[in-house]
Amino acid sequence: MDIIKTENLTKKFNGFTAVDSISFKVKKGEIFGFLGPNGAGKTTTIKMLTTLLNPTNGNADVAGFKVNKNKDDVRKNIGIVFQEPALDTELTGRENLDFHARMYGLGKEKRKNRINEVLKLVDLEDKQNNLVKFYSGGMKRRLEIARGLMHYPTVLFLDEPTLGLDSQTRQAIWAYIKKMNKEEQTTIFLTTHYMDEADNLCDRIGIIDHGKILVIDSTENLKNSIGNDVIVLSSSDNDKILKRLKKESWIKNTKMYDSYLTLGVKKGEEKIPLIIEIAQSLNEKIKAISVRKPTLDDVFLSYTGRKIRDNESVSPFREAMKMYKRGRG
Amino acid sequence: MRGIEIHAIYVMWLRQMKRFVRSKSRLVATFIQPLFFLAILGTGLRGAVISGMDSDYMTFIAPGIVAMSILFSSMFTGVAVLWDKQFGFLQEVLVAPISRFSIIFGRTLGGATTALIQGFIILAIAVGLGVRPDSILGMLLTIVFMIVIAFTAVGFGLAVASKMSDFQGFQIIMNLIILPLFFLSTAFFPIATNENIPQVIVYLSFVNPLFFMVDGIRGSLTGVNNYLPPLIDLAIVFVICIFMMSIGSYLFGKSEV
Repeated sequence: MDIIKTENLTKKFNGFTAVDSISFKVKKGEIFGFLGPNGAGKTTTIKMLTTLLNPTNGNADVAGFKVNKNKDDVRKNIGIVFQEPALDTELTGRENLDFHARMYGLGKEKRKNRINEVLKLVDLEDKQNNLVKFYSGGMKRRLEIARGLMHYPTVLFLDEPTLGLDSQTRQAIWAYIKKMNKEEQTTIFLTTHYMDEADNLCDRIGIIDHGKILVIDSTENLKNSIGNDVIVLSSSDNDKILKRLKKESWIKNTKMYDSYLTLGVKKGEEKIPLIIEIAQSLNEKIKAISVRKPTLDDVFLSYTGRKIRDNESVSPFREAMKMYKRGRG
Repeated sequence: MRGIEIHAIYVMWLRQMKRFVRSKSRLVATFIQPLFFLAILGTGLRGAVISGMDSDYMTFIAPGIVAMSILFSSMFTGVAVLWDKQFGFLQEVLVAPISRFSIIFGRTLGGATTALIQGFIILAIAVGLGVRPDSILGMLLTIVFMIVIAFTAVGFGLAVASKMSDFQGFQIIMNLIILPLFFLSTAFFPIATNENIPQVIVYLSFVNPLFFMVDGIRGSLTGVNNYLPPLIDLAIVFVICIFMMSIGSYLFGKSEV
């Protein structure tokens, strides 16, 4: 059964297309991730799926309800953890959960039990009566995850769930996400611009860039699509070697960087001698060579033509807006 | 979006109450300022003779200070939506399966309740300082005025908060709009019956919504110095209230996060 289904979902802001006619499905019980740089359209998609923004075009069904027509039904079936913390810091952790439960119309007894249940799930039982303003970043995020689960949502949306957290806290958050997916059978839709996060958590991912979905597949398949191994090498003349290697049929794909090349191959260890031989035949020296397993970074690169971290300082959204303004002015 | 959800209205109200009780600095500040006006300005100018004033100054200024404290406190609750916006909490409220109307109504009720608590305390202080209420009926009418003023000011605050994205704008509005309106409301000195005031200012005071609020509370609470009969004031203030609430909920309903 599909929990989320979109058809040509589009959102335009003043003529700028933030989300461009995307269609995808999320199955019941899976962890599905949107991977893309900042400004790719991930948050806009979440806002449309959670009824906070109306789509410009196209359809989206969440838990069997249309996001633009049956807003209340959609809202009852979803939980959300926003990118920015959305807690009342003047209330205690428990009061924040209680507030949420009352808004979703949970009865007194159920409220009490459920609060204890979700607090236990995220290990915040001993801090439940502290004001949220005294919580650390990781504790706030955990409380938000707990709150998102309060009303037994069919699907939980997580927008950049570990943004700005240290690596230890991130690992802990990942563990909680996996735990609730398993224990509560909650379908999870998350967005991230961290490769390791998508790799670690998601059953399937969609790579999104400039508002378009470039590919959707399981993390395994995506990694296999670029070869089982990645060879990284640097030599005295990378251009010359690359030109020659492109003729070899056992190389699935190649990529050129400033000072090194990467090659997608099968059985990488066995290919190293071949590459060295080719280099020698060209009278070029190999300075360094290594084999590693492909990461989602490689996948992202092969689909978008650039590394995800190239975009972290300059968001393509802002770039696009600049171009858009220039075009008009 | 339909309907009134009692549980949602209640929880919005409850949250306001909890925050109000916990915010000690806000509690103290909202009592201290009107207290200064009453205890220092009121007693200091007690024997003063001002053209158009038919009682001692304390009796004159007390209704104005009650109106002021309610107005400021309610406006503050409306504008506090900005905080929710900045801290992201508004999103949490807006994705809940409840109507915008319930959200606004609950918030307004919460703001009005805190304002009324403050209003009653100021009233008690005023009585302690020698202000004599006119009658029981007048007292009841005063309470009605206090409620209507509170709702009007929350509506105004909501409208302002929906249109602004930060707090700088709020400061400007307070200094450039609310303060002049207050001086033109007869809260501190009589205007229409005052011989020393230019006719232009008298006209300005008659188009000032705050004038009818202050004049109404004055007429019903102390029974002296009021320009219009309290019930006429009430009718006018009621229309202003409906107008302000509609604008406030309309703008809030339209605002996106």
